[in-house]
Amino acid sequence: MEANAMAYLAAGIGSGLVIIGAGLGIGKLAAATMDATGRQPEAAGQARTSMIISAALIEGVTFFALAICIILATKG
Amino acid sequence: MRNSSEIEFPGGHLELPHLPPLHLGGLTIDLSITKHVFFMLLSALILVIVAVYAARKNRRSSVPTGFGNLVEIFVVFMRDEIALPTMGKAGLRYLPYLLTTFFFILIMNLFGLVPYGATATSNVSVTAALAFIAFVMIQVTAIRAQGLKRYFAHLTGGLHWMFWPIMIPVEVLGLFTKPFALCMRLFANMNGGHIVLLALIGLIFLFRSLIMAPVSVLFSVGISALEIFVAVLQAYIFTILTALFMGFGLQPEGHEGEIDQAH
Repeated sequence: MEANAMAYLAAGIGSGLVIIGAGLGIGKLAAATMDATGRQPEAAGQARTSMIISAALIEGVTFFALAICIILATKG
Repeated sequence: MRNSSEIEFPGGHLELPHLPPLHLGGLTIDLSITKHVFFMLLSALILVIVAVYAARKNRRSSVPTGFGNLVEIFVVFMRDEIALPTMGKAGLRYLPYLLTTFFFILIMNLFGLVPYGATATSNVSVTAALAFIAFVMIQVTAIRAQGLKRYFAHLTGGLHWMFWPIMIPVEVLGLFTKPFALCMRLFANMNGGHIVLLALIGLIFLFRSLIMAPVSVLFSVGISALEIFVAVLQAYIFTILTALFMGFGLQPEGHEGEIDQAH
């Protein structure tokens, strides 16, 4: 396989792996927040704020990884 | 999505002026006004007009009505949900900065959804500048609250001096990754929606058939609606994360992770 094809393949597989990780992370976060809201509806606002902050932090790391994938894909 | 040196409007386009590049040492800096710069300046202008108008309207009567009321909802939300929970009473001093950031980013984001408009925040230079301002504010807040000596002591992690060769680089790196993440997050989010729209519309040309057009247009409408939500959400996230990082600096004792939730 030539180098360009490898780079495209790596970018594709890499972005897929990134999405698996981010989806699992944010999904788990959302589930935990729903649990907390169900148990303590009066604390829903605080739980939501913490969830958005954590989701944004996870998302930030995800974008770093996706940026690497884009760099790989546009290198050729 | 792309930056260009002309703005389009119904029935034509306008070539923006080219300024001669500046030479600073070995660097050549081109400061000509591009599409993104134009829309950034326009957003700033709109922000000033809206803010002054709302402030005047609210000053006239103690009970805000109409447009003044709308702006007050946002301002009160920022104060009660962002500044007070993350920074406590001391956060009120930094509320003007947070409000400016929020509304400026919000207007810039929403400009991308206006026909013939451009999203200035989908340019990484714009978000980098915003993140740099946030970086300065975070450091100034920390130094002001703790004093210069405590600020530098904090960089050692409060450990024995033998750990300093490890702790100091890590802590210094930590100072820079936060604003860098802010910059990349806003840039990638605002660009991501545009790329999806481009791909959806591009499907029509890829398939070379009219049957694809309704599908693409329907999906584009959905994504555009999502983009309105993302525009507001990203402005909110940028602001609340800045406030949170500023709040870390305000706390005299503890390290990160202890947010004062009681308010």
